[in-house]
Amino acid sequence: MNGSDVVVGVDTGPASEEPRAAAKAWLSGDSLFHAAAVFAAVVAATTLFGTVIAIAYDSRLSIHTFGIWGFLKSSEWNPVTQTFGAFPFIIGTLVSSAIAMVLGVPVSFGIAVFIVEIAPEWIKRPVAGAIELLAAIPSIVYGLWGLVVFAPVFSQMEPWISNSFGKIPGIGALFQGPPMGIGMLTAGIVLAIMVLPYISSIMRDVFMVVPSSLRESAYALGATTWEVAWDVILPYTRSAVIGGIFLGLGRALGETMAVTFVIGNSNMISTSLLMPSATIPSVLANEFTEATSKLYVSSLIYLGLILIAVTLTVRFLAVLLIRHLGRKEGAAA
Amino acid sequence: MTRVLARRRIIDVVSKILMAVATVIGVFFLFWIIWATLKFGISGLHWSLFTNDTPPPGTNQFGLRNAFIGSLLLLALSMGIGVPIGLMAGTWLAEYGFRSRTADTVRFLNDIMLSAPSIEIGLFAYAAVVAPMGHFSALAGSVALSILMIPIIVRTTDEMLSLVGGDVREAAIALGAPAWVVITKVTWKAARAGILTGVLIGLARISGETAPLLFTALNNQYFSANMLRPMANIPVVIFQFALSPYTNWQQMAWAASFITVLFVLVLSLVARWFLGKVQVAK
Repeated sequence: MNGSDVVVGVDTGPASEEPRAAAKAWLSGDSLFHAAAVFAAVVAATTLFGTVIAIAYDSRLSIHTFGIWGFLKSSEWNPVTQTFGAFPFIIGTLVSSAIAMVLGVPVSFGIAVFIVEIAPEWIKRPVAGAIELLAAIPSIVYGLWGLVVFAPVFSQMEPWISNSFGKIPGIGALFQGPPMGIGMLTAGIVLAIMVLPYISSIMRDVFMVVPSSLRESAYALGATTWEVAWDVILPYTRSAVIGGIFLGLGRALGETMAVTFVIGNSNMISTSLLMPSATIPSVLANEFTEATSKLYVSSLIYLGLILIAVTLTVRFLAVLLIRHLGRKEGAAA
Repeated sequence: MTRVLARRRIIDVVSKILMAVATVIGVFFLFWIIWATLKFGISGLHWSLFTNDTPPPGTNQFGLRNAFIGSLLLLALSMGIGVPIGLMAGTWLAEYGFRSRTADTVRFLNDIMLSAPSIEIGLFAYAAVVAPMGHFSALAGSVALSILMIPIIVRTTDEMLSLVGGDVREAAIALGAPAWVVITKVTWKAARAGILTGVLIGLARISGETAPLLFTALNNQYFSANMLRPMANIPVVIFQFALSPYTNWQQMAWAASFITVLFVLVLSLVARWFLGKVQVAK
């Protein structure tokens, strides 16, 4: 930040000898430019509120008809009888994202530590670049790949999953069902792959800022790489790491196209993770253009409002936690 | 003592192996997805994709001319809206707002928008543009896409302008240049590689976006260049054709995916190359 805080914005004031007309022209150019910048900043800062307000406004009909609690806990989603409830989709969204986190967070942590602490110098950049490219692939391509390429392969593995995990008492019911290849678990796995680049790049970036004095002293005391990663780096960067996980969670909760392709789109709540399900984004993508009545459209937008309330909270916490480390760094320096 | 040491060593070796495996898993999926897109996409590539409009389903014909042109028009209009607003907002943060409380609040809100799910932005564009107009339109799609790209451009512009040294700015001010001339002719110029990187990353982010277009631009079987009407576009074509039962449509979905992935990967690599130049120049 040093040196860049020059106050350009303040009127530099033309010398008094200069012709007045020229001074005026400069001044108006300046104020126009400033006004344009302020306008753009206001637009950038207020779209967030605009989004929430517009979506809340368009769901008013459904809010009025079903109420808040009634909509949240009802499992009835029937366009024919015009009754709508969000419960199956809320469950589908939360469970698919939970699977993504359970699978994605440890792998992301492994990737980040591998790149920062373990990998030889020449391999770091290409590996980090490859992981980041995962974020560049459009979600629709994840969906197409998930449906056409991954699901058939996965359906071959599902009998094995049912046989090995399905017999465990307590959680066995989660893994029983026909091997279809698509369903909640497939969606969770595809989501896990999609959140890898986001979570691991945040972890990698914050692991890099851990002061080398801390890391070196631990190594000097004879700590192993694992102990340095787990007992020194992770505690130091905890808030930002959690922030990165929340960022990935926000992505997973709102992911639409990939999930729509592989989750199977069923409005039923099933105990098995191998069964088809639906999430809020997937039902929006599937039914929005076919929604015929005003109440139907409004109920779909109401689902979007619930989604926005959840993801906004998650994103808010994510940004807050990631910034927390930045401040700590600033204070230490 | 030795048993403790041995245990620590085993944990260390096992964890290192697991972390390497995690990395291999990540890279493996990247290559698997790219390989599948290549394999299915190239077999669907056909010159008529670029010269014909959408053919009837279940035939041997191919054609995506309307969708390619539609996507290009959508992206062009999105950039027309998003780049000026993102650039000016980033400029305000770096040149007028600095570290003030207001500027930091704007940065915070912008960071939250940065990770907004695209479907929510699509719903917003539906509520703000489609519903008042009464019908789906390419304009609404561009509004949604531009909202997705603005936070990226704001952030990179802000960061890149902050990297420009104070001395060049002071030199320009000392010569009597007004603030806006200093910004446009000196700081923007000094930071142009970085700003361009932001625009490219923003473009890469929106070029495969499908969800917001489902609520806004929708699709069109025919050629149309009217921004106020529904318009054919590649992402929605992929979505609809991939789930259709017709072989020629499915092949077209893969071909379109291949071209999109190629486009996005090239954009990302070019952006990375620009960013490398910025870091070297520092």
